[in-house]
Amino acid sequence: MAVKQISVFVENKPGKLAELTDLLSQHKINLRALYLADAVDFGIARLIVDDIYNTSTVLREANYVSSIKDVLAVRLPDEPGGLFKVLDLLGKNGINVEYMYAFTTRIQGTANMIFRVEDNKRAVELLSTNGISQIGQEELEKL
Amino acid sequence: MERYYQEEIETASREQIHQWQSERLVKQVQNVWENVPFYKQKMMEAGITPEDIKSVDDLHKLPFVTKDDLKNCYPYGLLARPLADCVRIQSTSGTTGRRVVAFYTQHDLDLWEDCCARAIVAAGGTKDDVCHVCYGYGLFTGGPGLNGGSHKVGCLTLPMSSGNTERQIQFMTDLGSTILCCTPSYAAYLAESIQERGLGDSIKLKAGIFGAEAWTEEMRHDIEEKLGIKAYDIYGLTEISGPGVSFECSAQTGMHVNEDHFIAEVINPNTGEPVPDGEKGELVFTCITKEAFPLIRYRTRDICILSREKCSCGRTHVKMTKPLGRSDDMLIVKGVNVFPSQIETVLMNKGYPANYQIIVDRVNNSDTIEVQVEMTAEMFSDNLSEVSAKERELVNALKAMLGIYAKVKLVAPKSITRSEGKAVRIIDKRNLYQQK
Repeated sequence: MAVKQISVFVENKPGKLAELTDLLSQHKINLRALYLADAVDFGIARLIVDDIYNTSTVLREANYVSSIKDVLAVRLPDEPGGLFKVLDLLGKNGINVEYMYAFTTRIQGTANMIFRVEDNKRAVELLSTNGISQIGQEELEKL
Repeated sequence: MERYYQEEIETASREQIHQWQSERLVKQVQNVWENVPFYKQKMMEAGITPEDIKSVDDLHKLPFVTKDDLKNCYPYGLLARPLADCVRIQSTSGTTGRRVVAFYTQHDLDLWEDCCARAIVAAGGTKDDVCHVCYGYGLFTGGPGLNGGSHKVGCLTLPMSSGNTERQIQFMTDLGSTILCCTPSYAAYLAESIQERGLGDSIKLKAGIFGAEAWTEEMRHDIEEKLGIKAYDIYGLTEISGPGVSFECSAQTGMHVNEDHFIAEVINPNTGEPVPDGEKGELVFTCITKEAFPLIRYRTRDICILSREKCSCGRTHVKMTKPLGRSDDMLIVKGVNVFPSQIETVLMNKGYPANYQIIVDRVNNSDTIEVQVEMTAEMFSDNLSEVSAKERELVNALKAMLGIYAKVKLVAPKSITRSEGKAVRIIDKRNLYQQK
């Protein structure tokens, strides 16, 4: 039940992120989520998009370096302790979270998180057997 | 009153110098023909024998020696004396192949130190001076050369070596250093540090001898003003001996080559033909008195101009300008020789595309070098620590190759400027070479 995330190398200079988002909008690509990690001279923009293959092609043609990775998209109850439940479960089972970020959808009452872990397969099983709702690729693209 | 270390030599007539050079060249050519198979083979390939060299006017008949020859002959291939007769090794920085290892007999050390002593006396040094040497000591020729010259003059010598600015300034104030020997960029840094501490009045410096890297007239004026000294240039290279191959006099309009030991020529770097005095070209040296490592017509790759016009200091030896550039792509960063090909080798070994740019700058009187590398799909990942680890690995590999820290900057693909389809590899923002 993992979803595809595309990461893009962006130089740490004024206007570079604007260029990237401009390119995506010109190709009618909609962002579901964006999370930026920054080093001194560059950043890595992790994107969840509505059309991963189109995005990948558009980026390559515009000379961007990108990389596609499977990540977990999890739907949590929008209430105190919702995130703790997932993190506690992953932690107790020895699954390390490399990074995570939240994103919004039009659906009321739920919070949505992306988790990047080493072992996707184990994490998916663990979440499923513990009744934690996940978002699949198709559903994500339609959101 | 101009003072000299070896007046009869330094002010000898041009005829006398010509005669010394001729006698010594003939002897040296005979010597290397007999003792260094490399030279014999090179001369045979050029169709000449020692009999063809009758005076310094025949110098142009001899084949050149290049840095590549040094590489191919590493380490002992150019030795003209048994190792048992050698007493010292000095070396340049850089990795095998680019590293120059030079050998010295006691005679060679003596003549080298004499040359440095001439430079110190030309800068006003006497036995009453305290000579503060903060060139690096060790394999680098800067420290040992000026140290030896200072002893010969009879100065009280402070073998400080480089670094530890606090201690440098403390010794300078406590022990009354009067002559400072270091790189010009370190002199500028010291000058600023002394000003910042308000110690200008506690300094007794009167002169500085600065070399091992390019510097401008603006830098000279800045250092002279801040330290209240006269700043003299000195030139040299390990291949030929070390600092003191040439040095500046009170006229401060070029450096006198010690022509009784080294014959200077300027050639057209493309054709190899000698160019007349006053014209720009590549500097070539022939060692006529050295025993262990006597290079014959060694191409320095430094571009300069020679002048035999009468000098106000009374010295008669030919003057060379500061190097005005290089005829190869070598960069001197923090006094260390850096070749772009070394950087290219590291990038290729680590699987990066050879699409890079080297940006050299001088920030707060210290050289910086940055290598910009275009990001590739292979090295990219969504994980910042993985990318940073690769960046660090590259920094370490460059440090191992170059001997100095180079910053690595990962840039977007196809972002490195290309002119006419060819990438501009080096951007040197220092503007150290004056245009003539």
